[in-house]
Amino acid sequence: MTNSVLDLEEADCILITGSNTTEQHPIIGTRILRAHEERGAKLIVADPRRIQMAIHADLWLRQRPGSDVAWLNGMMNIIINESLADEEFIANRTEGFEEVKEAVARYTPDVVERISGIPQEELRQAALMYGQAERAAIVYAMGITQHTSGVDHVKACANLAMITGNLGRAGTGVNPLRGQNNVQGACDMGALVNVYPGYQVVTNPEFTQKFEEAWGVTGCSDKVGLTVTEMIDAAERGEVKAMYIMGENPVLSDPDSNHVIEALQALDLLVVQDIFLTETAELADVVLPGCSYAEKDGTFTGTDRRVQLVRQAVPPIGDSKADWVIICELAQRMGARGFDYASPAQIMEEIASLTPIYAGVSYQRLEEQGFLQWPCRTAEDVGTPYLHEGQFTRGLGKMHVVEYQDPAEMPDDEYPFMLTTGRNMFHFHTGSMTRRSAKLEQESPEGYVEVNPEDAAELGVSDGEQVKLLSRRGEIQAKAWVTDRVPRGLVFAPFHYAEAAANVLTNPALDPQAKIPEYKVCAVRLEAA
Amino acid sequence: MEYRNVLTTCPYCGTGCALYLQVLDGSVVGTLPVKGHPISEGALCIKGWNAHGFIHHADRLTKPLIREQGQFREAGWDEAYNLIADRFSSFKSDFGPDSLAVLSSAKCTNEENYLLQKFTRAFLGTNNVDHCARL
Ligand code: SF4
Repeated sequence: MTNSVLDLEEADCILITGSNTTEQHPIIGTRILRAHEERGAKLIVADPRRIQMAIHADLWLRQRPGSDVAWLNGMMNIIINESLADEEFIANRTEGFEEVKEAVARYTPDVVERISGIPQEELRQAALMYGQAERAAIVYAMGITQHTSGVDHVKACANLAMITGNLGRAGTGVNPLRGQNNVQGACDMGALVNVYPGYQVVTNPEFTQKFEEAWGVTGCSDKVGLTVTEMIDAAERGEVKAMYIMGENPVLSDPDSNHVIEALQALDLLVVQDIFLTETAELADVVLPGCSYAEKDGTFTGTDRRVQLVRQAVPPIGDSKADWVIICELAQRMGARGFDYASPAQIMEEIASLTPIYAGVSYQRLEEQGFLQWPCRTAEDVGTPYLHEGQFTRGLGKMHVVEYQDPAEMPDDEYPFMLTTGRNMFHFHTGSMTRRSAKLEQESPEGYVEVNPEDAAELGVSDGEQVKLLSRRGEIQAKAWVTDRVPRGLVFAPFHYAEAAANVLTNPALDPQAKIPEYKVCAVRLEAA
Repeated sequence: MEYRNVLTTCPYCGTGCALYLQVLDGSVVGTLPVKGHPISEGALCIKGWNAHGFIHHADRLTKPLIREQGQFREAGWDEAYNLIADRFSSFKSDFGPDSLAVLSSAKCTNEENYLLQKFTRAFLGTNNVDHCARL
């Protein structure tokens, strides 16, 4: 997030898109609703599904999945025409406005309505509401990013914030909500194919030299690595021979599960380190028992760049070991030097010494203050509640022209429905933890698919009956939840449930830049089971 | 009977709520919200309230497992480490570092993510390290 969870409450207008906030980030959802109900902040929700937030909103735009560039450009078109653009901010802090202005001029309300299904008058109201607010915040999640045009969606959000001057102040910003407790931290720590910790790129020889010296090694690669989805493909082709997977479950979380299983089986060696025998661990040659968060010390970094302590409550279960201990022991066994740490606090000292945005983070400060928000560059730096105050990291904020493109797989005669996937309130990701939590499993014990009542009537399916979902990649069976949460032609399935795994159906088509798969749109056929 | 509350951070979504794990005689038996925490302000969602639910589940893996003739058998740490070390080393020398790939975890700590990417980059010699940020 450019801003903090806390300062969402200072916004005069909050635009939520592609985030089912009350179910996926409930405590942030509560804060947004409080700003809306108690302070009168305007709430705009753009979501194809009638989620709870849509019911509370002043305005609910029901866009067609994947049409986000179109309606966001349309908002900008109206804002510019109504002279609501922040000319001073544009002139002093950004570049590329003229090109964007020219491009969005083509996204007139009638064009946008044709692409996105959003009525012209509603788009206009939304543009005025966002454009007139003194402080407006955009909040989004995977509904924006998990598309073949995901990067363009994000750029469109950033353009909208920039042309209205909604960056660098409390209550504004472009605020992605991270789905997992430590996705932010895993990115910050360089668990990414192209960067060392702190986003120091592997293709810059200066950074490579810095890390080689600190780690006492030579020969770090300057070649950007393979992303998850590319690793799977390379495994299938026999180019990747061995994989080491710590605490992830790609069999259920990656698109096109059948393909993932075949690829993992093609490996010569698969090592999985996890706390349960997940669907992925079942395919492994060696399984190492790691520890849950309750059995180790460490830090997590929340969605608003907030570094906080994780404290050990109980000893490791059985012969399991904390994951950091396993990595150190294995590395030492292989003859690697520099893996003899006494504690996670000592590891953090090394992180801080090599990662400028974490340079001021230490366990002692976290014990005393509870949290630190990066960038936190020195031991005196109090941290950064919101980014881009006065200046962007790169100097001027760059606006990028983005054009609407259809999702990779659109419905057709054979597969006439659009499927979109996600999570629900009770379960988390692939369910390895929540489905083993008695209360949560009791609340939501089985997979389901949301089907619009008129579609259900045509198919002859009633609420609670089993339906078959088929895509070009596979088929699953799940219980129908007949509900107007989804519009006609769209069905929604959560991906938590191994026995009705939505990712058997999804399309592994990737965004060309971010390599993110298009989980939010693929074409399916429904049949009564 | 020994009872403690341990202040920690929720293991589920990225909001960053704090919670207390209730520890009774070495077992985590419950979760409590934290009133003074700036993000959660004494609240938790249903997942947070159940953050203790899976910790002592009977399915927890307690020993390394090695596959032999299609079946898993329990093994000691030494045997598991040696097997991985031998095979990773030979893949690296026979097919080069890029024949190896590593997935780190959005569920693990910063320190663990740091170490796994360090191991991959400094020792295995490849940038094939990713996690499910996109998924
Ligand atoms: S309590 Fe709920 S909202 Fe808070 S971090 Fe945990 S899962 Fe997220």
